[in-house]
Amino acid sequence: MSKAAILTASSLSVSLGKRSVLSDISLALPGGRLVALVGPNGAGKTTLLRALAGLLPSDGTIEVCGDALSSLALDARARRFAYLPQGHQMHWPLPVRDIVALGRYPHGAVDPARLAGPDAAAVMRAMQATDVTGLSDRPVTELSGGERSRVALARVLAVDAPVVLADEPTASLDPRYQIEVMTRLRTAADNGTLVIVVTHDLGLAARFSDIALVLSEGRLVSQGPPAEALSEAVIENIFRVRIYRADYQRETVIVPWSEA
Amino acid sequence: MQDIAARRRAVVTVALCAGVAVLTLVSLGVGPVKLSPVAVLEALFGGGSEVQRIIVQDIRLPRAILGLAIGAILGLSGAALQGLLRNPLASPSLFGAPQAAAFGAVLVIALGGIDVRSFMLPVAAITAAFVSVFVLLAIAGRNASLLILILAGLAISSLAGAATSLTMNLSRNPFAALEIAFWLLGSLEDRSFRHVALALPFIVAGAAILMSRRHAFRALSLGEESARSLGVDVGRLRLWAILGVALGVGGAVAVAGAIGFIGLVAPHLMRPLIGYDPARLMVPSALTGAALLLAADVAVRLIPSTSDIKVGVLTALIGVPFFLYLIVRERRALGGGLA
Repeated sequence: MSKAAILTASSLSVSLGKRSVLSDISLALPGGRLVALVGPNGAGKTTLLRALAGLLPSDGTIEVCGDALSSLALDARARRFAYLPQGHQMHWPLPVRDIVALGRYPHGAVDPARLAGPDAAAVMRAMQATDVTGLSDRPVTELSGGERSRVALARVLAVDAPVVLADEPTASLDPRYQIEVMTRLRTAADNGTLVIVVTHDLGLAARFSDIALVLSEGRLVSQGPPAEALSEAVIENIFRVRIYRADYQRETVIVPWSEA
Repeated sequence: MQDIAARRRAVVTVALCAGVAVLTLVSLGVGPVKLSPVAVLEALFGGGSEVQRIIVQDIRLPRAILGLAIGAILGLSGAALQGLLRNPLASPSLFGAPQAAAFGAVLVIALGGIDVRSFMLPVAAITAAFVSVFVLLAIAGRNASLLILILAGLAISSLAGAATSLTMNLSRNPFAALEIAFWLLGSLEDRSFRHVALALPFIVAGAAILMSRRHAFRALSLGEESARSLGVDVGRLRLWAILGVALGVGGAVAVAGAIGFIGLVAPHLMRPLIGYDPARLMVPSALTGAALLLAADVAVRLIPSTSDIKVGVLTALIGVPFFLYLIVRERRALGGGLA
């Protein structure tokens, strides 16, 4: 990793009650990368994302863009991390534009009807990047699953945060939308953002990421370029499946094939 | 498109303001002595006969002010709770807040034999309302389903009702018990400026707290987790919302007894016109609440009957069927809560 890390964690541990969910996680991730966070169910992937964003208490230290996370107030954290939780909950049928404008909330632009120039521009950019400008006035609850996932993504991009954390953004999407979402996250990474994506899809992880992190039972067991970090041995060990592996258009192809 | 929506919101808000103004005038004109709006305005600004001035300024104005303020805070509280819980069936009365506030007030009356117009009354009502809403949200937990909230609210309001009954039961003075029983029905009759002074500061404080949090309610549309990631301190927001509702509802109950269902109905009437945005719903819901309570308070004066119908009885008679209608409409969500 030639570039300086913008997000580091040292000896990060999280316990929920008496149960240890994450232990001794250390990582250093530079900007402009797409990082795939993979691991079996219950490995602690979501917990790791939430701990990194400071959404739950953890031991150890986290630094983002040179500042200790613990020294940052809630709104300052919110400007550094854009967080996309699983399932994109949307409780009220608000118009798409207002949902995306919530991405400017951490910047003090709390009223979507009164966005200042830079905030309005950020919202517009995010909507264009995710191709939802045509849906601007539609109530978000009336959209299809694919459209909703794009709107959720637009909301996250509108934050203009140096770090984007996305928890299974491709879950329950058809293949076309999966590729679409990953492509847009890839673009965000190419524009300098550090994007961390939790996914169960090893194929998407191998295809789109620069770095793969493999989590198992709360520990980071493998990290590096996906071709190395997602080796047959690691996957067989952690996921207990055998994979088919190939190279296609200079990318690694991984297809889970049979039980190990 | 956005401009059209904004313009419609503005038109609706202006129309509501006008409606509230008209209803206030009607409220000042209706009673044993009927006065025309012109006569009311004259008397209000120092004209007309002395009798008219006394009727309008001293007898009916406090009643109209309380109707307006209490209706508004109930509408606002309903909109705020619905925003906080992302749930269209939330409202102070379904959560037992007015019942708990009434118990607090009744308890200090019975215990201390204090003056019914003492400041202790709203303080006790507010404290009890705060405790009840706090306990309710604590029982319900973070991602409470509709069903849990309503069941817990039912339990709390039943408990508060039983505690109130017990207090009356043990009261040594049967007339005091009767007095309390009538007061519990909710009424704006024979209220003076002393009552206004008693309730209004708390109502205004509660409204200010709730209004200052309105944009956070919008962020909550994405769920608590996303709201937190946007910088909303959800735990603190809950406490502020509970405090705002308790101040407003407690202050209202202390002078007018339990007037229910306005907080439930007002936001619902506004959603088709204003949209679902919890922040933008708040002012129109407050105005609608004010209009509803003023109208109900005019209606109880116009309905011919041998004894006075209490306004709290009327709002419940209209509100409960409306609530049943909402349950039918939200049946699927309720069923989902069971799973």
